[in-house]
Amino acid sequence: MTLVYPVQSLAAHPPRLSPAYKSTVKRSPTKPLIPMRHTLSELSGPVYGHETVREHDHDLTIHGKSEPIGERIIVHGHVLDEDGRGVPNALVELWQANSCGRYVHVVDQHPAPLDPNFTGAGRAQTDAQGYYRFVTIKPGAYPWGNHHNAWRPAHIHFSVFGYSFVSRLVTQMYFPGDPLFPFDPIFNSVTDEKARNRMISAFDLDNTQPDWALCYRFNIVLRGRNATPMENK
Amino acid sequence: MSQAKPDGVTPSQTVGPYFAYGLTPGGKYDWNDAFTNNLVTADTSGERIRVEGTVFDGDGVPIVDCMLEIWQADAQGRFSDPQDKRALPNSSFKGFGRIGTDAKGGYAFDTIKPGTVADPDGKPQAPHIVIAVYARGMLLHLYSRIYFDGEAANAADPVLALVPADRRATLIATRQPGNGNAVYRFDIHLQGDKETVFFDV
Repeated sequence: MTLVYPVQSLAAHPPRLSPAYKSTVKRSPTKPLIPMRHTLSELSGPVYGHETVREHDHDLTIHGKSEPIGERIIVHGHVLDEDGRGVPNALVELWQANSCGRYVHVVDQHPAPLDPNFTGAGRAQTDAQGYYRFVTIKPGAYPWGNHHNAWRPAHIHFSVFGYSFVSRLVTQMYFPGDPLFPFDPIFNSVTDEKARNRMISAFDLDNTQPDWALCYRFNIVLRGRNATPMENK
Repeated sequence: MSQAKPDGVTPSQTVGPYFAYGLTPGGKYDWNDAFTNNLVTADTSGERIRVEGTVFDGDGVPIVDCMLEIWQADAQGRFSDPQDKRALPNSSFKGFGRIGTDAKGGYAFDTIKPGTVADPDGKPQAPHIVIAVYARGMLLHLYSRIYFDGEAANAADPVLALVPADRRATLIATRQPGNGNAVYRFDIHLQGDKETVFFDV
């Protein structure tokens, strides 16, 4: 299978300069990016060994002396290419705030408690069908300094590797129905509503585990489509 | 197995200010590193080099919460990826590195000088490392390339040729004086007179 990475696929991404998100003003290039053809340097990408992802790295609730505080959730889904095919053996990294909206990071000074039983980092590798699964705690919303009374909607950060260095994706997964959506300049930096909705996980009752944890499904679509598209209808 | 055909890719969002404990813990957090800034393994052949520099914002202020990732071929110009149809490297060199900038916006990678990789027409490209830049305030990462000072092949490189001559220098890491392993400096400027060339890939 040979994949191509059309530049048009990038239209779903937010513009790098999104002034409502103030930090973009000094951190986005002002000169045009230079188009170039992809060479093997862009079309290849790293492969990881089994040592990269350890057996329990996908479960963020079992690394402390006891269970973290908060609402236990399952987050699962498929990593897909633009044709909807699962991407096997993709590395999925995740990090997030705890249930109170506080990150372990030393720079985070939000006056909400840290949880000694929750670091908030996880890692998984997709199976042959592109499927991944995490067990974690639902993160809290938290304030930030972008503007008066700015709060980030609850979100989980994802970092995903596909087949190539140009399919690399860092994104954030949101939760359905968050009342903070209309006010968040990062979420709304994605101007197309359909594209924005692809960052929102779906509540998944079928995979919610009775008496144990709610489940959310989050499919992640990476750049890359078949070089020779076939009519399949 | 296929799912319903997606209506597009998942949009990118910023890596934010708090990625370090998940992506670049470096012994400072209770989590292990998937990747580090040292790409060299004991069995790696090739010239050992260090690539170092500082990342600056539009005010010339160093960016202390930036993450950099590099991807490169081995000294023979082969990628450690089965998609590279030539013989795989016969060492454990992976060719991928990651680092978060330090309190002064600085970074360094210890690696080897990559070999020559052909372009889609089979024309040789000058030795280069692909670099991706992520930070708070960046909604989508940026791609650039690190080329090397004093490399005769730069003059004929098909990608450098796409870059206006007066901006080409932003892509060329400068050899630092000193003995021992070669050290190359590659600063990254997101804006300004010295704005680094980024590629639309």
